[in-house]
Amino acid sequence: MSVLVLAEHDGKQLKPGVTNMLTAAAKLGDVTVLVAGTQASEAAQAAAKVAGVKKVLLTEAPIYEGSAAENLAALVLTIAEQYSHILGPASAFGKNVLPRVAASLDVQQISEISAVESPDTFVRPTYAGNAMATVQSSDRIKVITVRATAFDPAGEQGAAPVENLAPGPDLGLTQYKGSELSKSERPELTAARIIVSGGRGMGSAENFKLIEALADKLGAAVGASRAAVDSGFMPNEYQVGQTGKIVAPELYIAVGISGAIQHLAGMKDSKVIVAINKDAEAPIFSVASYWLVDDLFKAVPELTKELSS
Amino acid sequence: MKVLVTVKRVIDPYVKVRVKSDGSGVETANIKMTMNPFCEIAVEQAVRMKEAGVVTEIVVVSVGAQQSQETLRTAMAMGADRGILVDAGVDVEPLAVAKLLKAIIAKENPQLVITGKQAIDDDSNQTGQMISALMGWPQATFISTITVNGDTADVTREIDGGLEKLTIKLPAVVTSDLRLNEPRYVTLPNIMKAKKKPMEVIKPDALGVDVTPRLKVLKVQEPPSRSAGVKVADVKELVAKLKNEARVI
Repeated sequence: MSVLVLAEHDGKQLKPGVTNMLTAAAKLGDVTVLVAGTQASEAAQAAAKVAGVKKVLLTEAPIYEGSAAENLAALVLTIAEQYSHILGPASAFGKNVLPRVAASLDVQQISEISAVESPDTFVRPTYAGNAMATVQSSDRIKVITVRATAFDPAGEQGAAPVENLAPGPDLGLTQYKGSELSKSERPELTAARIIVSGGRGMGSAENFKLIEALADKLGAAVGASRAAVDSGFMPNEYQVGQTGKIVAPELYIAVGISGAIQHLAGMKDSKVIVAINKDAEAPIFSVASYWLVDDLFKAVPELTKELSS
Repeated sequence: MKVLVTVKRVIDPYVKVRVKSDGSGVETANIKMTMNPFCEIAVEQAVRMKEAGVVTEIVVVSVGAQQSQETLRTAMAMGADRGILVDAGVDVEPLAVAKLLKAIIAKENPQLVITGKQAIDDDSNQTGQMISALMGWPQATFISTITVNGDTADVTREIDGGLEKLTIKLPAVVTSDLRLNEPRYVTLPNIMKAKKKPMEVIKPDALGVDVTPRLKVLKVQEPPSRSAGVKVADVKELVAKLKNEARVI
């Protein structure tokens, strides 16, 4: 079995979750990592040092600026037939590119796997993680996206060889016009050891300062429920849930979050969950390791203060 | 400009799904069904573009069982002009849906296809991208804004670190994210009007598409449940538990 993994990176480093995906890939066979971008050699060197990687393919060209789904899929297709499996992350990046690869190969993609049972059988969450489906693929090439939080990160190794791969065609279908990335000193949501999230109960964008103060005290990332995003308290990239980011930190503190099915889907695999809510009947308490029934506007500043002492 | 919008009938997002005891799937009998929320956003976007004079006709398509006609009627009550049901039964995989849509697109010639970014039942997040690949068209997934300028469109995409802006050539496929718009409520007069709008029902065979599944579902199980938690009396006790029991801070 030979496995091609499409790496997500920022040019210099691999994105959080890629090493977890490589753990899943190593269960399937010999792993080749494809690192493509406008400038990506540092990221390719980083990929070469992840345990289990046999070879890294590096492609650098201006046509891979931005998300570049069409051109990236076309690049993967130039080498796809050499592999039994093609994997990508179940992130906004991977979800954008992989289905395009799958359809072009006439393959039914297997989305967001959480376990590898055998080379053709995988477990994947459906219905916001409320039903875990074990599926067997009859396709000749398996195209898969991987849920990073379901796998441990792979360790390190002596560097595998890095080879150049010629760029694929430029389809010229889309023009990249730039991006606005949130700048934050805090850890990235999907890589954070601790996350403090706020929900509709926060009442306003202004009140999220309470969440940020607690997060900074803990060295944590800040998250938000879909209700808080819907209400305009926080930008969408902070959204944790079925339709946002899937996280599984060591500690997840849910503040003023009632616990809608779609939010639970994004965080219920966290190791320790703390819920603070004034409603004693809030569904979030059903998944909480520790819960406190209290007014968040009193409890959160108190918690921040208690942690300082 | 003609727009084609896809809609899917799914279990209501506020219903707690239950796995069948024989592990063959989830209970769907006597369960409240609704239009997939992201499809609602897709329909709303098309209707707003029509109200703004950018779009002249909205064709709404669903692949599913006969009951999906209700979902199409809802889309028509929101403002879509006519509906097409591909009567293919339930659990048609995204690749097959994309092939069916390709066949319909070939007949209808829309300039823009809007799909939801994902259906909240199967959570695949594939169909829009697959349609785009099969057509050889540009794609813009997870969009929060779209402005059409002649034969191109400017879009904003929601990506993991923030936002991305693209200009795409038309025809193209876009998939809706949460903040594209807030769908309207359908009114009774519009529901009555929607009943008179044209609805076509076709079989997959008529489109020359094989919808045989590629994935075999071996079993469906409940996720592992979390062990019961502890209620704490105050912040002091919470901090003590996190430090001494859970040892996470």
